[in-house]
Amino acid sequence: MLEIKNLHARVADEGTEILRGVNLTVQDGEVAAIMGPNGSGKSTLSYILAGRDDYEVTEGDIVYNGESILEMDPAERAASGVFLAFQYPLEIPGVATMTFLKTALNAQRKARGEAELMTPEFMRRVKTLAAELKIDAEMLKRPLNVGFSGGEKKRAEILQMALLEPKLCVMDETDSGLDIDALKIVSDGVNALRSEQRSFLVITHYQRLLDYIVPDKVHVLYKGRIIKSGDKDLALTLENEGYSQIIGEAA
Amino acid sequence: MSVTELRPRTPAEAALVSLAEAAGTDEDARSAAIEALRREGLPHRRIEAWHYTDLRNLIGRRLGKATGLDAPAGSACDDDVLSPLVAGSTVVDLEAPEDTSAPDGVTITASNDLADWHESPNHLDRPLDTVRLVNAAFGARVAKVAVAANTAVAAPIELRDGIGARPHAAVAATVGTASKAVFVERIEGGGSPAPASRVSHLTIGDGATVLWIIDQAKDSDAAYLGQLNVNIGANATFKLFVLNAGGSLVRQEVHAVTAGEGSEILMRGVNLLQKDQHVDVTTTLRHTFPHTTATETFRNVVTGGHGVFQGMIKVAKDAQKTDAKMACNTLLLSEDGDFSAKPELEIFADDVQCGHGATAGAINADHLFYLMSRGIPAPQAKALLVKAFVDEMVEELEVEAAIADALTGKIDAWLDHSH
Ligand SMILES: Nc1ncnc2c1ncn2[C@@H]1O[C@H](COP(=O)(O)OP(=O)(O)O)[C@@H](O)[C@H]1O
Ligand SMILES: [Mg+2]
Repeated sequence: MLEIKNLHARVADEGTEILRGVNLTVQDGEVAAIMGPNGSGKSTLSYILAGRDDYEVTEGDIVYNGESILEMDPAERAASGVFLAFQYPLEIPGVATMTFLKTALNAQRKARGEAELMTPEFMRRVKTLAAELKIDAEMLKRPLNVGFSGGEKKRAEILQMALLEPKLCVMDETDSGLDIDALKIVSDGVNALRSEQRSFLVITHYQRLLDYIVPDKVHVLYKGRIIKSGDKDLALTLENEGYSQIIGEAA
Repeated sequence: MSVTELRPRTPAEAALVSLAEAAGTDEDARSAAIEALRREGLPHRRIEAWHYTDLRNLIGRRLGKATGLDAPAGSACDDDVLSPLVAGSTVVDLEAPEDTSAPDGVTITASNDLADWHESPNHLDRPLDTVRLVNAAFGARVAKVAVAANTAVAAPIELRDGIGARPHAAVAATVGTASKAVFVERIEGGGSPAPASRVSHLTIGDGATVLWIIDQAKDSDAAYLGQLNVNIGANATFKLFVLNAGGSLVRQEVHAVTAGEGSEILMRGVNLLQKDQHVDVTTTLRHTFPHTTATETFRNVVTGGHGVFQGMIKVAKDAQKTDAKMACNTLLLSEDGDFSAKPELEIFADDVQCGHGATAGAINADHLFYLMSRGIPAPQAKALLVKAFVDEMVEELEVEAAIADALTGKIDAWLDHSH
């Protein structure tokens, strides 16, 4: 599904290097967790996967389903199945949520050569997913994310993910700002999407989320590099011992 | 400021005076205005109110270009086939207002009055008012529209220039106590060499609610000077929407003053600018009674040309508890255009809440990335964001769907055309 090879990246306008040789492989159907202390470069990695041009890749490659995606813009990547659930979803005043969802879905379908989804079918899908994620239909009448609480924004991200049916789901700290009930709802939503053809890169700071979304692999990102990889038990070790032990070993 | 100042007229000023003299047969009535135009000429950038719109220079360029000045290219515009902005409106031909079949409670009559140009409502102009002067010199007669007290006029009243006639009109509208009405100034049509003009006076009675829409979509070769003067009664609500989506040289003035306590003013506007346009919106808002509120926001989309916003809020000494906010936000979509914003506050009361802000910038890169990350291609994502930026002005009006849809429809048509 995804192969990140020796990825180096820096902030485009000031040149600070943030990723310093990331190597990471995610198999089809795999759930890979990325953990690491604040400032490790987790969000940066997720933005670069999604194609944000604030960052410049100076070395290495991102190979997605056999092809480099570095030259693709964010919309092209999305249409090919890459989805980023933002750590801080943006409020976009004036853009109605439903208009946005329909535009996004149909733009992706068009890019893939599929027919547009008609409004009734689209509405049905959104309503079903919203109900599953316990998102109030009234919220969907508002402009995109405007006036949503932190937790509502995160649930809205998962709604978008479920609607757009991506192949590679990158979730950046989806658990932050969620209470335990919301965490369960979101995790159920994510687990329902797990399949042989869909992979997940679950970025989190805490082990808690991984009790609900059980990963196949756990990678530790620190100062722009993967310093340790393991199975789900690695997350437990981190929870008990903190990052310092592993950071010490890697140094 | 001496009225006897003798400056040689520029060729354009002289040409404008001849055009005024040639505009119709009732020269006697207009002679004082024509004389004043000859004497005072046009304002230029050293006159504060016209600093960003140097009319002498801009009209000069315009009349310098035009050929056959004595044969005004008055395009007999298709006003008669034009459907009203909002379906079901009462359409008033300002050249023959008395022919309108007015709804119950509304009286529409013609008069011989000319706009009064002897003093300027904004105190920034010369000791006369340029827009009204041009309007009077070209012979616009004031059409009178009166809405009786306690009358809710269901359909909008759409005010249009006469069919194929000279593009100068004047309106005096009064809305009685506790009444409700919607007016639409429909400004369309092509370029005569001289600027077209429209001067309106609106008097809103106590407790009345008025929505006034200025829908300016002049042809791309047209010059236009517009002025709306509003007097807002106690506990009355005045909502304004200005849409500038056309014209080559446009100046729209709005001068509002409160005439009682508790009035609410909501002014929104959208200026859509492209190459070769000069569009100026100048507003003054005078709070002279306590407990009045006003919010004024203009949003501008600039793909070229020059835009101007001058907004003045004046709060008199006795106008305590005034709450007035003004904003002017510009989306610059091209390096080829520019927008000058000059918001001003002049406050003499001490217990008020007033503020203003002006912003200008490109499309928010974070917003664009977010939309694109969901698969929306860049051009479509940008179009969505531009539309959102201006549609908010319509939403904030909080008017019935038919009117809001008509306005967003107009805006969409421009956006579709320009992208
Ligand atoms: N656009 C940027 N400009 C400057 N510094 C940045 C930018 N993006 C990230 N950084 C810096 O890179 C480091 C990693 O940030 P981030 O990827 O957000 O880490 P994490 O998500 O792991 O907490 C931090 O030190 C952060 O300040
Ligand atoms: Mg982060």
